[in-house]
Amino acid sequence: MAVVERAAPQLIGTSGDSLREAFGKALVEWSRERPRVVVLDADIAGGTGVHHFRKALPHRFFQFGIAEQNMMAAAGGMAATGLVPVVTTFAVFCLRAIEQARLSIAYAKRNVKIVASHPGIDVGPDGGSAQALEDLAAFRAIPGMTVISPADPEEMRQATRAILDFEGPVYMRTGRSASTRLFGPAHKFEIGVGQMLRDGRDVSLVACGVEVSRALEAADLLAAAKISARVINMPTIKPIDSAILAEASVDTGCIVTAEDHNIFGGLGGAVAEAIAQTQPCPIEFVGVRDQFGQSGEPQELAEFYGLTAPHIAAAARRAIARKESLRR
Amino acid sequence: MNATLQVAELHEAAGPRDRRVTQLEAIAREIRRLSVAAIYHAGSGHPGGSLSCADILAVLYGTVLNLPHADHPDIDRDLFVLSKGHAAPALYATWAAFGLMSRAEALTLRKLGSRAQGHPHVLDCPLAESSTGSLGQGFSVSIGMAMGLRQQGRAPRVYALLGDGEMQEGEVWEGAMCAAHYGLANLCAVIDYNKLQSDDRNAAIMGLEPLAQKWRAFGWNTLEINGHDVAGLLAAFEAARNERTLPTIIIAHTTKGKGVPYMEDHPQWHGSVKLTPEQITSALTSLDTDPAKAEGLLNGRG
Ligand SMILES: Cc1ncc(C[n+]2csc(CCOP(=O)(O)OP(=O)(O)O)c2C)c(N)n1
Ligand SMILES: [Mg+2]
Repeated sequence: MAVVERAAPQLIGTSGDSLREAFGKALVEWSRERPRVVVLDADIAGGTGVHHFRKALPHRFFQFGIAEQNMMAAAGGMAATGLVPVVTTFAVFCLRAIEQARLSIAYAKRNVKIVASHPGIDVGPDGGSAQALEDLAAFRAIPGMTVISPADPEEMRQATRAILDFEGPVYMRTGRSASTRLFGPAHKFEIGVGQMLRDGRDVSLVACGVEVSRALEAADLLAAAKISARVINMPTIKPIDSAILAEASVDTGCIVTAEDHNIFGGLGGAVAEAIAQTQPCPIEFVGVRDQFGQSGEPQELAEFYGLTAPHIAAAARRAIARKESLRR
Repeated sequence: MNATLQVAELHEAAGPRDRRVTQLEAIAREIRRLSVAAIYHAGSGHPGGSLSCADILAVLYGTVLNLPHADHPDIDRDLFVLSKGHAAPALYATWAAFGLMSRAEALTLRKLGSRAQGHPHVLDCPLAESSTGSLGQGFSVSIGMAMGLRQQGRAPRVYALLGDGEMQEGEVWEGAMCAAHYGLANLCAVIDYNKLQSDDRNAAIMGLEPLAQKWRAFGWNTLEINGHDVAGLLAAFEAARNERTLPTIIIAHTTKGKGVPYMEDHPQWHGSVKLTPEQITSALTSLDTDPAKAEGLLNGRG
């Protein structure tokens, strides 16, 4: 595992693609040589990034109309005939069809990829109705479902290939707003494998999705105050990389999780479950605190709901204080 | 198909088509016997909706579905999805009647470790084609199958069996629009129109009529028949096969609990039914079960 010494050294500039656009382009790239891949859409191809696929490979693009339940279960049926269906809609509408994902996809062990754009408060102005803060928890609870939330366009590109080649049901989050570029082509994404982006002694910051770049920023803030923070990118929420977490617990003695999701049941829950069974240590959870979101720009909302770097840094200090009080 | 059928039940004098009808009627009776026996041993299950679809299943597996057999083991098979998954006892009974599952195994319905799960599970029984039990989903799955097969230029046809109460699921109408939009002529769905659902009559719970008009308006080739009339079922499936542009829906009028008089047309025989020894004996008698066969059904050996 590549250990990076300095703060955000792989940071190669901000903006660039949103994760949904990165997904849409990668899907075309990897599907050309994978003829069994087909894409299912429910009238929001423009929003999910699969408009690229529709344009490039129209004969493999299926419009289902605004009917997510039928689309989700039909994907199970298509997979039964040997195709590799990629079902795409917004994360909230995946929740609408979660029972179809459970029975007709996961229980039947179908090779279907559910790719959800517009997760979390990163959705922004559309407001609380559109901001899925429950999807990681809900899909993670389905037996046999792999759950992935990549952090940047390059990781999204690689994760897209990985899920197409993986045999089994997958739920993957993309993202709406422009994402920070963290990785170059040398980056290596592997399902189920977390990755130390920066080493540290005092606390480990474990993040997924948009929160990875904020965790790297938080590590900088902490470094300025002489606190050494390890940063772990955890793109696979299930199965969680418990080895890297146990190691982090042993080495740093406390953990902060950060995700654009309810603090219940998502990455934080997965990390806590893993750590409880290996190397228990104090854990602080950064995420939306069991509320619904509201309209606003993504950055404003991140500040309002406590998801930005200063909040992660504050959580790190709390985790460290708890660790020290235990040792006293 | 190697139906485990007693020759005595065949009317040798009949002509070829009539003989096939008589044969299928006998198989349907066998499906009914095995279904109620399995539910008796399980101590729970859904007899009403299993009995109402026995003739439909007998015809599907007896003549309609193109399935692998000794001469053609590698056939690209037709797919049948039991969308009304609670009729699982009838599905296992059908497989048993056609030698696709042992009779003894069909009688392990709902037991720990059994492949005969309370609702069909494709990982236990590949012939289930999908896992069902949540109404509405199997229909969508069958639509996805029809789309997937057509996409690959493959010949098999797809069949699905739905309940009438199942029509109340919005997903069914999402699927109805979808299959018509894509002109899935390789898809044929059957509605077991027994007029009852879990708690009461459809009309009292949430009315479905005019049902045929709804399906026609949604763009389906819509056929309406008596779902206990084997000859009518054969003709309807043939018409569906000859349809070139539209998906076909066969609205099969049936009686819930058909064949067991005390169950017929009574909502209380829908589900979670624990049959007493007297009740199962009476049911088997109504179904013309000879004593030797009844003993096998009652001792669980089949
Ligand atoms: C989505 C869903 N909701 C509720 C149920 C519980 N349920 C099982 S059978 C049934 C009644 C079904 O009635 P119908 O479709 O008419 O079946 P049939 O009369 O053929 O037994 C209900 C409500 C279910 N299986 N799935
Ligand atoms: Mg009914």
